[in-house]
Amino acid sequence: MRGVLDRASGGAWHGGLALGSMLTFILVAAALLSFVWTPFPHAAMDIRNKLAPPDMTHWLGTDQFGRDVLSMMLVGARNSILVAVVAVVIGAGIGIPLGSTAAWRGGWVDELIMRMSDFAFAFPALLSAVMITAIFGPGAVNSIIAIGIFNIPVFARLTRGSSLPVLQRDMILAARLAGKGGARISIEHVLPNISAVLIVQATIQFALAILAEAGLSYLGLGTRPPEASWGRMLNEAQTLMVLAPHLAIFPGLAIVLSVLGLNLLGDGLRDMLDPALRHQGRM
Amino acid sequence: MILFFVRRLFTLMLTLLAASLVVFIVLELLPGDPAAVILGINAEDDTLAALRAEMGLDRPVHERYLAWVGDLLRGRLGRSYTYDVPVGELIAERLPVSLPLAVMAMGLATLFGIPVGAWAAARRGTVGDTLVMATSQLGVAVPNFWFAILLILLFSVRLGWLPAGGFAGYDEGLLAGLASLLMPAFALALPQAAILARLTRSAVLEALREDYVRTARAKGLERRRALIRHALPNALIPVVTVMGLQFSFLLAGTIIIENVFYLPGIGRLIFQAIAQRDLTTLRDLVVLLAATVVIVNFIVDLLYLWLDPRLRRGRG
Repeated sequence: MRGVLDRASGGAWHGGLALGSMLTFILVAAALLSFVWTPFPHAAMDIRNKLAPPDMTHWLGTDQFGRDVLSMMLVGARNSILVAVVAVVIGAGIGIPLGSTAAWRGGWVDELIMRMSDFAFAFPALLSAVMITAIFGPGAVNSIIAIGIFNIPVFARLTRGSSLPVLQRDMILAARLAGKGGARISIEHVLPNISAVLIVQATIQFALAILAEAGLSYLGLGTRPPEASWGRMLNEAQTLMVLAPHLAIFPGLAIVLSVLGLNLLGDGLRDMLDPALRHQGRM
Repeated sequence: MILFFVRRLFTLMLTLLAASLVVFIVLELLPGDPAAVILGINAEDDTLAALRAEMGLDRPVHERYLAWVGDLLRGRLGRSYTYDVPVGELIAERLPVSLPLAVMAMGLATLFGIPVGAWAAARRGTVGDTLVMATSQLGVAVPNFWFAILLILLFSVRLGWLPAGGFAGYDEGLLAGLASLLMPAFALALPQAAILARLTRSAVLEALREDYVRTARAKGLERRRALIRHALPNALIPVVTVMGLQFSFLLAGTIIIENVFYLPGIGRLIFQAIAQRDLTTLRDLVVLLAATVVIVNFIVDLLYLWLDPRLRRGRG
């Protein structure tokens, strides 16, 4: 699905890469900062100061328990990144070997792997993620697994699709004549040639994982308290919308800016690494 | 053509079979005895055994699977533990919420996405095009439930134009009912419209480079008409496929959006079934949802053939 999007970018906006890198940098910096410093301890309650609008002490205000919104958002950034990184690593770690195998083995192995990934695509990912977290209990780890599983077919398909043309090249024939096996050829010759496409896709999956984590947490199936999460902050904010609209604004903005940044970074990287990529290796 | 149809139909069956198997196995893994969940912790052993027998839980797994699939094929759905009514009834109650919601969202996404995308393609490189692309980039990044919250903030809390949640029902007329679905439909449609706009733009740009468009222009057809008559229909082929895929995203999106607006629809039913460990309901709902997605994509594939005569001949 996203592959289609990327094609659409068409480099309409040259500042995209710069803005994307900047937003991604801020996201990562906020997450790292939360390890050493937050304005207040993120789970510390201060009932007397509840639902305070943004001021000089609490820059982004406080929630219904008097917790500092900025501190919670910094910790939330850490949490979003953690879930997204592990989910993408799971997807790439299993999907890339599967896709490579499908590409060099061909035949029934290829057919089987591709049909399985078709099947995974046919299932609405969010529905399955909701089911998985519901069955194994809510929590960050289970939402990572749920999101990770649906990254597998994305990477499997992309790897297979981009590997096939590389496998046609003369160097592969030479490697084969030198007695190298399929797995070694994939690792030494094919993967280095398609790494750009994979990195770009990883950026985009990263953005989607952040969205998915926010959705699961919003439904109460993701990260559990006292760990802060943007999705859950929005859930809690919804009942307080009349009293404290600021609670519903900031976490949402954080999600949008993070996802926007990663998407722009992904599109920009693609254009920079190889303009021809835009017409290749879509899902 | 017929061969292609038969092959696709065969894969469709196979996918549905696999889906039912996966759902069954996954829910089978669920810890806890459903009979114990219903009766609570103070249940006597023999009452428990009786209920297990009544629910067929004492039979071997494969028998239960076959019985369930057999029932599904005959159109017989299970009975919900928590509501103690047939699942079919639950679905029938909720469909008048979810179906119009999904159709409205898809309609809105198409209505905005495709014309805007084509418009941007025709004005490639202008300020308008850049603005459309930037907006759509933003639209993809906005989580639909947050957009929903913003809509509520503006239209319900600030302006008081629309109800913040709940479903009015159709008792006071069709429009009153549909009005409570308007904000949810917009929230669901936003990311889809953004995706459609980007995709349409790129597909039209690609089609505009094709020889047939050049020929049409060379014949003296003005740019606008060449775009609408020749480029757009061809560009719509990949767009239609993506719309099929989007349908499944839309269905899944209803789980979140119906929760945001407290709408008594299928998505909320699924969520409640999960929360209440209502396995019969969950199992039937998930398989039906998967079936809907697979069948919609099957229809899209057929549409594809109809839209693109080249494929029709190619498949022989």
